[in-house]
Amino acid sequence: MEKYHLRDILPIIGEYEKGAGNLIPLLHEVQKKIGYLPKEVQEFIAEELSVPYSQVHSVVTFYSFFTMEPRGEHTISVCTGTACHVKGAEGLTKKLKDMLDVEEGGTSDDRKFTFNTKRCVGACSKAPIIMIDGDVYGKVQPEDLEDILDRY
Amino acid sequence: MVRKEILICSGTGCLSAGSEEIEERLMDELWKHELEDKYPLTRAIKRTGCMGPCNLGPMIIIRPEDTFYGNLKPADVERIVEEHLLKGRVVYDLLIEDIDGRRVEEFEKLDFIRGQKKVVMRDSGDIDPSSLEDYLKVDGYMAARKAIMDMERNEIVKEIKDSGLRGRGGAGFPTGLKWELAAKEISDQKYIVCNGDEGDPGAFMDRSVLEGDPHSIIEGMMIAGYAVGADQGYIYVRAEYPLAIRNLQKAIRDAESEGYLGENLFNQGFDFNVELRVGAGAFVCGEETALLSSIEGKQGRPKYRPPYPVQSGLWGKPTVINNVETFGNIAMIIKYGSEWFRDIGTEGSPGTKVFAVAGDVENTGLIEVAMGTTIREMINIAGGVADGKRFKAVQIGGPAGGVIPEQYLDTPIDYDSLKEAGTIMGSGGFIVLDEDTCMVDVAKFFLDFTQDESCGKCPPCRLGTKRMLDILDKITKGNGEAKDLDKLQDLAETIQATSFCGLGQASPNPVLSTLKFFRDEYETHVHDKKCPTGTCKALVEAYTINEETCVTCGRCIEVCPVDAISSGENTYVIDPEKCISCSECAKICPVDAISEGDEK
Repeated sequence: MEKYHLRDILPIIGEYEKGAGNLIPLLHEVQKKIGYLPKEVQEFIAEELSVPYSQVHSVVTFYSFFTMEPRGEHTISVCTGTACHVKGAEGLTKKLKDMLDVEEGGTSDDRKFTFNTKRCVGACSKAPIIMIDGDVYGKVQPEDLEDILDRY
Repeated sequence: MVRKEILICSGTGCLSAGSEEIEERLMDELWKHELEDKYPLTRAIKRTGCMGPCNLGPMIIIRPEDTFYGNLKPADVERIVEEHLLKGRVVYDLLIEDIDGRRVEEFEKLDFIRGQKKVVMRDSGDIDPSSLEDYLKVDGYMAARKAIMDMERNEIVKEIKDSGLRGRGGAGFPTGLKWELAAKEISDQKYIVCNGDEGDPGAFMDRSVLEGDPHSIIEGMMIAGYAVGADQGYIYVRAEYPLAIRNLQKAIRDAESEGYLGENLFNQGFDFNVELRVGAGAFVCGEETALLSSIEGKQGRPKYRPPYPVQSGLWGKPTVINNVETFGNIAMIIKYGSEWFRDIGTEGSPGTKVFAVAGDVENTGLIEVAMGTTIREMINIAGGVADGKRFKAVQIGGPAGGVIPEQYLDTPIDYDSLKEAGTIMGSGGFIVLDEDTCMVDVAKFFLDFTQDESCGKCPPCRLGTKRMLDILDKITKGNGEAKDLDKLQDLAETIQATSFCGLGQASPNPVLSTLKFFRDEYETHVHDKKCPTGTCKALVEAYTINEETCVTCGRCIEVCPVDAISSGENTYVIDPEKCISCSECAKICPVDAISEGDEK
């Protein structure tokens, strides 16, 4: 895991006006840049935006997209929508946990993959779905997983 | 020679099925045959939004003849180019077989398309969503032009009121009335907000509209802005929809640079801007007051109403908040008039509704039908229940909705009839469940969802949904007691009556409706400790292979998703620890040697 520098996120903060109105878009950008939102970064953002730290922290912990833990190089998500559920998403979750030897939200030892589940991505016709970073894979069977992961 | 155009569906469903590879192949083939002179590459292939029949993806339509090819594999592309494009011959065996087994050539003639009435989905699958030029070709922004140049503000509000359009987000509040209330407010600043936080699992129509026709939403918002006197709009979209976000960003940029957003629109002194806001993964943000808090940069927790957003919304200013699909109707109503709109649908629910049809049907995808269409007709459009299985129920309205069993299949789809049947219109998720679905598991699935997504503000929702989930969990694990069902009912009614916002109030619906229609299934779980469909794993025994019958063909090893089967001496063996009782091995076994439980 590469160490982030607070100065890397300064230009991002600079693009937004002070105040809480742009807090969520800003947090998205910062997380995209450094991968996660540790306490130190939250404090820094709070100060720069002139917003109480408590508000930044409450937002980071409320929304499931934000994480305070570093993530792996790629994020694999299994969709847990209704269609995926009835089409066997559970088998995918189980297999991925075994393959990567992680629990939900965990990162593999080689820091390559972080595994989690996701709310419906809306590609229900192709259930069950997994998503790796921005790529959507449809009608995935547990035995397809190795092939798919090899592409990363 | 007429120039051909190849439309390739590039919605999220088709992308997940590999449409990009098909597109690359098409480019290569056109190049190889030097067709690029005839069809400049970038012009010949057009990426469109969702065409609707998602399970036929990847799919293309060749114009002008409107020939439809679906379920394409990369190897098919060469034949289509050589036969169809070069020799002008339809590749018959690549055409889609319709429900009756007939091969259908034209897209419009597919059973799936013929039964529909497209209003909101009018352009999706037809135009390139990343091209403003394409949108203008289908009369884009003409309705906004008409509204802003030729109509008085109150005339627009009246037109929308007369149309009878009701909010498509699920609750069905009359849109015109909402606009009228906002227009009457006196304020230095008003806002228009588009709710694209489509969080119901199994619902994807808003996503498809945003992906496939983003300008139509901007246009609807602009008309609303003009009508109520707002100059700023926000579109709030879920972070789970990256393609919708990309297409919207492009649409906003293009509209700005071509003068369809910004200052002095149509030279009438009206300013309107739109900003995109991306959610961060919280279902409760679909609730309007929570969504507004989220735009303000706070936790998305609902607020008490009144005051309603039309009086005090975003940053305390009057705000009109409508769903994506609602805005998708606006330009059409302005263009063709409220009477035209009223002619579609029913008296109390005019217009159409887009449903995201998924689950156990032959053809899944987006279906837009006139209100009043029955549930049975919907399922027929989707080609009926898949694999010849028996229909069990349809789940409508997501976590806030309920299930509708066979005896209610002739219920017409409109706000009031669905309510009577014990569910809600909701945002439009329509999940067909076949005989293999366990209704207790379905209820548990939704409770697991609402429990996890409860924002925690009020105790009935925060604690009540958790208690209900615990009971359901107990039942599916085989520890249910006789009094549990009454407890569930009691809890459900309390949560319904006392929760703070719509999310909590509606959260017991999946339990109440499954209890009402499938109580016997709950009872089998509780009293007999059996799951009739074999879904609840704790109530199902592992599968075993009969040594004498087994012919060691190895098919079961191939299908086992968890690698639980290995070869023994004269037979194969299933590891009971690994077996998840999915029954795949039993289904594929050619000699019926595999069965549930120990039958040796």
